[in-house]
Amino acid sequence: MDWHILAQQLVNGLTLGSIYGLIAIGYTMVYGIIGMINFAHGDVYMLSAYVTAISLATLFSFGLDSLPFALLVTLVMTMVITAAYGWTIERIAYRPLRGSTRLAPLISAIGVSLVLQNGVQLSQGARTQGVPSLIPTTLRFGEGDDFVQITLVQLMIIVISLSSMAALTWLIQRTSLGRQCRATQQDRRMAAILGINTDRIISSVFIIGAAMAAIAGVLVTLNYGSFDFNIGFVTGIKAFTAAVLGGIGSLPGAMLGGLILGLAEALFSGMVNTDYKDVFAFSLLVLVLIFRPTGLLGKPEVEKV
Amino acid sequence: MPPVAAASSTTRVHWSLVFRQAVLEATAAFALALLLFGPIVGLVLDGYQVRNELQRPLLIAAIIAAGRFLVTLAMHAPTGQAALERFNARRRQPGVLVVNASESDRQRWWLLAIVAVSLTLPFLASKYWLTVLIQAMIYVLLGLGLNIVVGLAGLLDLGYVAFYAVGAYGLALGAQYLDLGFWSALPLAAMLAALFGGVLGFPVLRMHGDYLAIVTLGFGEIIRLVLNNWLEFTGGPNGVSAPAPQLFGLEFTRTAKDGGVPFHEYFQISYDPLHRFIFIYLALFLIVCLMVVVVTRLRNMPVGRAWEALREDEIACRALGINHVLVKLSAFMMGAMVGGIAGVFFATYQGFINPTSFNFFESALIVAIVVLGGLGSTTGVIVAALVLTILPELLRAFADYRVFAFGVLMVLMMIWRPRGLIRPRRRAFEVKGLCR
Repeated sequence: MDWHILAQQLVNGLTLGSIYGLIAIGYTMVYGIIGMINFAHGDVYMLSAYVTAISLATLFSFGLDSLPFALLVTLVMTMVITAAYGWTIERIAYRPLRGSTRLAPLISAIGVSLVLQNGVQLSQGARTQGVPSLIPTTLRFGEGDDFVQITLVQLMIIVISLSSMAALTWLIQRTSLGRQCRATQQDRRMAAILGINTDRIISSVFIIGAAMAAIAGVLVTLNYGSFDFNIGFVTGIKAFTAAVLGGIGSLPGAMLGGLILGLAEALFSGMVNTDYKDVFAFSLLVLVLIFRPTGLLGKPEVEKV
Repeated sequence: MPPVAAASSTTRVHWSLVFRQAVLEATAAFALALLLFGPIVGLVLDGYQVRNELQRPLLIAAIIAAGRFLVTLAMHAPTGQAALERFNARRRQPGVLVVNASESDRQRWWLLAIVAVSLTLPFLASKYWLTVLIQAMIYVLLGLGLNIVVGLAGLLDLGYVAFYAVGAYGLALGAQYLDLGFWSALPLAAMLAALFGGVLGFPVLRMHGDYLAIVTLGFGEIIRLVLNNWLEFTGGPNGVSAPAPQLFGLEFTRTAKDGGVPFHEYFQISYDPLHRFIFIYLALFLIVCLMVVVVTRLRNMPVGRAWEALREDEIACRALGINHVLVKLSAFMMGAMVGGIAGVFFATYQGFINPTSFNFFESALIVAIVVLGGLGSTTGVIVAALVLTILPELLRAFADYRVFAFGVLMVLMMIWRPRGLIRPRRRAFEVKGLCR
């Protein structure tokens, strides 16, 4: 095994891992606050890929030629629209189920997931869509055949994900909204008694999660260039694996879990077998849930009567 | 949003205020719908360009706004208030309907009629409808199996299709490598599926309910991916052929293949390819009837009662000394076994299987059947399975909207009747010789 192959897989793994981390935030925050797995989150991410492509194509068709400006507008547009989806889904499919049976929100979430996938398929067609390669710049290290390359988009992915995670940490740790989120997560009823509008906080958690997934969607679309209505499923489970790996309910855990999963998957597909990389990720999920359900940074869950 | 200015039937409704609120809410709904549907529905990607279809989101948004407007108005009228009350009262109904023990059993005649119709139906149906009926029966079986796991024991299994796949591949691969026939493969594949259920279930059943859902989902995907990638053993995406069933060594083919005697020659009737399907249907029907009886009996046995008790309150059950892992495991293996049997029938009916038949959508469809039928109600699950498989055949024109409609139905059911359309019934016991 040459060092450059290893280094290349590390670069790829880091890129992949940042994406998983961004999507995992949506799972982990929602689970932390209302204790449900938002099964539709992967499909929210899928929607953001579509919005990205639509927004870019629309902007270019208006004759916009400044690429940074187009990307910025697309990022903001995608975050706003995807966040609106996050809010609406919570409002329609989850809020009426508060205090219902334990399975109800999960089944409702599966329903939402089917609706989103099929809705996109019906309106946009079933074929694979794409965006042109906009930023072809590639940085190369090494000489001859032994080199490690990192595309500018990959660099952007790592930088933007790390900075959005930093911004989110600041939001949760330092602002009033973040304090309310943490209070609601600790004890929803007590937070409500102390005058926190917990419904509003839950909505904002869905909005934040969807916005983070939107950032991931924009970046992935720029990186891979192609997507279809089905991408949310596998990516969603993997991001959930990342959230569980890091300890569900914990923000730094989501980022850590994402990076570890991304690196593990890249190394596995680079060194062992590409066909079984999804099997590897799912097995990791099963194993973590069996042997360490609290994850790396999570707190043990105490069942109360 | 629930009506803020609550107008009970005694206070006067200020219609001008209500009207203003309705207009405001309708406008907000219109704006939100435009934001949501504008780009996704209105601008269709076509290569690297977009095609303008903005009339579609405008229409959707207008419908949503009108609906919002009317709902807001209705919610303030006394009749609307009363409807809301009834709706909420229904949601608070307890899960299981307890039927009085002395109530006479009128269902028996209905059952007899249904069995008679089901037995004559295949002889009247065309080939197309016969295949639809077989599919419907397979889904009834799958629904009954998953109903034990999800409906009775309350364990959300999102990878149920894995056991279906184990059954189907058990028959196909068993025939290919071990030279097994249909009838010898049927119990073996069922046991294999139960074994898979046990192996998977044992470590994961101690888990929190939502985690269980995700682990089973992961397990289902692992099975599908392995079947897809293990080319040498399973044939990968090219699939593998499965043997046709036999009746005591009689084959349902025009000419005997493996030294057997064709069915039609033995009985001196003309060859009809439908015979095979009719036979599969009747065998399936027999198994379904058997399952219904078994499940009904099990529900009155200690293990069945323990399943339902665990669903309602796990902590209380453990406090009462029920071994929750063993009880859950029995439900899980039982469900897996039924899934395996359904898989064997699916394989023999199709004659050929490949991994695409066992994707997550299949699992979601079976969950939808159990949920719509009422978690735990046998009648409900059978009705839901028949409706969800036969209705799409009748509504071929709307086939594209099938999955969409399933999703909407699942959400609506959870809001409207989280316990399903038909509430599970349970017969009360009358203890004689006790003074009240």
